Amino acid sequence: MKAGTNLEKVLEADQFAVTAEIGPPKGGSSKAIETKGEAIRHAADAFNVTDNQTAVVRMSSLAACGILKRMGLDPVMQMLCRDRNRIMLQSDICGAVALGIGNLLCLTGDHVKFGNHPEAKVVFDIDSVQLIAAVKTMREEGKFISGEEVAGPVPMFIGAVENPYADPFEYRTARLSKKVKAGADFIQTQAVYDVPRFAEWMKEICAEGIDRRTHILAGIIPVKAVGMARYMRDYVSGVEIPDAMIKRLEKAKDVREEGIKVILEIIEEVKVIPGVHGIHVQAVGWEEIVPEIIERAGLLPRPAL
Amino acid sequence: MIVTRKKPFEAILKELEDAGSVFLIGCADCATVAETGGEDQIKEMTEKLTAEGKEVTGNVIPETGCHELDVKKEFRAHKEEVGRADAILCMSCGAGCQSARDATEKPVYPANDSIFLGNVMRVGQFEEKCRLCGDCVLDLTGGICPVTRCHKGILNGPCGGTNEGKCEVDPEKDCAWTLIYQQLEREGKLDRMRAIQAPKNWGPVLKPGRHVLERDKGGE
Repeated sequence: MKAGTNLEKVLEADQFAVTAEIGPPKGGSSKAIETKGEAIRHAADAFNVTDNQTAVVRMSSLAACGILKRMGLDPVMQMLCRDRNRIMLQSDICGAVALGIGNLLCLTGDHVKFGNHPEAKVVFDIDSVQLIAAVKTMREEGKFISGEEVAGPVPMFIGAVENPYADPFEYRTARLSKKVKAGADFIQTQAVYDVPRFAEWMKEICAEGIDRRTHILAGIIPVKAVGMARYMRDYVSGVEIPDAMIKRLEKAKDVREEGIKVILEIIEEVKVIPGVHGIHVQAVGWEEIVPEIIERAGLLPRPAL
Repeated sequence: MIVTRKKPFEAILKELEDAGSVFLIGCADCATVAETGGEDQIKEMTEKLTAEGKEVTGNVIPETGCHELDVKKEFRAHKEEVGRADAILCMSCGAGCQSARDATEKPVYPANDSIFLGNVMRVGQFEEKCRLCGDCVLDLTGGICPVTRCHKGILNGPCGGTNEGKCEVDPEKDCAWTLIYQQLEREGKLDRMRAIQAPKNWGPVLKPGRHVLERDKGGE
């Protein structure tokens, strides 16, 4: 075991894993985190907390993960390279270890242009691949990027993200391979709507044997309104929503229910794609729906390991 | 060249609110190409300031506004006009402005914002291709700089935000890493894309930079 987190145990036991995202509040309420965590604690193996996603200021992932850990949940701390240089990134990793946080998802991060402080200075001292490699070096060699020794162990299960739909498409496998080579133990993908295209990508991943060196969790974003689907299709790069799905939602009498059905069908199809070891559900601002989706997907109860 | 952009005239008037008389300095080099501090702009600024009731005591357009010795020489040659001015308005880049700063004790104000080191694509069109990071990686990236041309400056790209070769941050711009991929593919060097590039040395030159050629050390 690299970190011994619940997520690592579930994946290493060859169980189909479920992770769920918890969005931190735009403020300092620990209750906001506790309420969301309590509502979905039985429905997933580990819980991602986003790091100022889309460059909008929210409670720090480190603090929110600390709260989840205190509640007995297994947090996945998301960490971006946008706002912190290598000194602060490594400092926060040490802080996370001190709080018992054992899963770390490394991302480069959305540009500040998309957020609520577009005039901020971006950092991007290192990128996600370099962050992954740094955490692995801290864990395996006990060294910081500088080569100096870390005092004590850094048991971190290292995650990364990948967008199966971004181009150049012929390079995406190589880039994922690079992240795995750098040290990514698990991968959470961008939202999957176009299943055949995702399956094609997975086929390449498996052909290169990458699925045996890391755990791939397919990203799932439940859609609760037609407008949300259209917005994601038009404005969120990397998210590809087939027009047929949007038409289906438009025609539906009960959009919420139809949206859940669509997602359940995607989960059903994704589950049987070779090399997929789990799903990562990002119900942004709609976390309470996660238990219903996971239950109707036949993925409850979650394994107790 | 250093690309500059004019500040709004109202902002310049605000800078000059205490100055009844002004001496103008342009630049025959970059600011002329950028059309912010050449002869035409100096003339236009003179007219506009005069219309606002300010006296323009004179102007100078040094060959290169960032050459401090030349700027000092020009200021000495225009001693009388500089002496009558309450303030100096600099119509070059920030470097030119600070040449003027050291050439006189009068208040110095910028008429432009300096925006980047730019390549001239065609007349009046500039693009940033080098950000003077001090640790060139062009040997690894097919001669295309990701530090400058990728909005995130990442060394292990492309990120997930590419869209048909364009960058999600600004769809007007090409994704630098897509260009790098295409070039390295042409060169048969895609292995360079697959290698993990280590964190960059951002401090090879301590900012503010200072560089003295060996032969000039202890100069005459």
